[in-house]
Amino acid sequence: MGAMTLARRGNLPQNDDQTTMLVRKIPDGSVIDHIAAGKALSVLRLLGNPQENGFTIAMVMNVSSSKMKRKDIVKVEGMEVSQEQVQRLALIAPRASVNIVRAYRVVAKRNAVPPRTLRGILSCTAPTCVSVREKDSAPSIFFLSGKSPLRYRCKYCGRELTEKEISSQLG
Amino acid sequence: MRGRNEPLGAELVSRDAWKGRDVISILDFSRRELESLFAAASEFVGPPKPRKDLADYIVATAFFEPSTRTRLSFTTAALRLGAKVIDLSPDVSSILKGESLHDTTMMLEGYSDLIVMRHPSEGAALLAAELASVPVVNGGDGSQHHPTQAMLDLFTVKRLKGKIDGLTYTVLGDNRYARSATSFLYGLTKFKPKMVYIVSPETLRPRDEVIKQLKGLGLRFEQRAELEQVIGNTDVLYLTRIQKERFPDPNEYEKVKGSYKLTKEVLAKGRSGMIVLHPLPRSTELPYEIDSEKSSAYMTQAHLGVPLRMALLLKVIGGGRS
Repeated sequence: MGAMTLARRGNLPQNDDQTTMLVRKIPDGSVIDHIAAGKALSVLRLLGNPQENGFTIAMVMNVSSSKMKRKDIVKVEGMEVSQEQVQRLALIAPRASVNIVRAYRVVAKRNAVPPRTLRGILSCTAPTCVSVREKDSAPSIFFLSGKSPLRYRCKYCGRELTEKEISSQLG
Repeated sequence: MRGRNEPLGAELVSRDAWKGRDVISILDFSRRELESLFAAASEFVGPPKPRKDLADYIVATAFFEPSTRTRLSFTTAALRLGAKVIDLSPDVSSILKGESLHDTTMMLEGYSDLIVMRHPSEGAALLAAELASVPVVNGGDGSQHHPTQAMLDLFTVKRLKGKIDGLTYTVLGDNRYARSATSFLYGLTKFKPKMVYIVSPETLRPRDEVIKQLKGLGLRFEQRAELEQVIGNTDVLYLTRIQKERFPDPNEYEKVKGSYKLTKEVLAKGRSGMIVLHPLPRSTELPYEIDSEKSSAYMTQAHLGVPLRMALLLKVIGGGRS
């Protein structure tokens, strides 16, 4: 993994309540904010583990958030997350926002929007669903059935996948 | 066939657009279309007359699961309309060699004008319908849909009670795995029942997605634990057996086996004019002593399967090849 920049503010007492974690600004790349706490590594996997391709990663986990109580943040230096990646990101981090940074300035904001239809990405959890039993000729198809919490419904058997199930399949 | 069917414009649907359609779920049909089917089926009730409406057509039956009434009533219906019937027997076909549903469907579409399919996998008929260029009629897919059974059940209510609206229905039994019960509940959403009581042991209550669907469609229903709580208000009692073959864990079946049974004593508490329906086959929930009761209507229900399916075949195939 690339450099993870975590620091304690030197003039604060060293107890957990007053600990602040800082991550330096990146000159170019993507800042993915509002990731549910604990999902940062899953996000990296979904992005194809950019650290394995030489990109520098900065990551903070389990920080306070007014919107989400606790959240993770991922910064990928030098890599701009595509719109397609943002859509897939929505499957494990449906409230995520992505800022594209160039020369230390945010030039684009992309919100994770779950795709209405997913083909061949998720697997149905019903063992008797035709998409499971005949998977070679019937690739899975899911329709978005809820955004908050995220839910997808199998086209063939109607079974709904919960946010947790979706996350565990992709994470 | 789905490609040719979708999307159906609202105007077409409201004008009774049966011809060439797949029959996958009763939810795909409007009240008007169902009523038009019932009216056509009524014409076929009574002593059969020789007909040649479908003389140039071949109907394929492909039952990957056991069936008595659905398979035979479809076959009888096709023969009574002059059609020829070919039958795929999974136990002597290439399915034994591992042939996929995809390839089996592609063969059937080349050999026939309509496919009636029953399969243990949920969504099998929908997949077949997407593949085939001829209409596919779902004869039951796993624990999900059995649309023609539900059409038959509603037709029976219409024949015996004179109406479907305004009645109180109790659906008793395996509401989790019995596709007949699920499809009957879905069918009721097309009408205006006074009330629907869903009575089942806790582990056999309808699946979450079914409950969500029923609520979304505005069906007025309540779940109850005991038949005796509601039988006094019931006009139509719909009973299903516990679907032993669909339990993922045999121990779970053992826990609920024999957990409900219709007795003469319970039946005596029912309202005058109540009818008892059952898609059959039965198990211990419906003792033979009930057969002689005035309210028992399940044999009539089974027999009405032929006229109902005659009307359905005629509407879907259309008749008159030229």
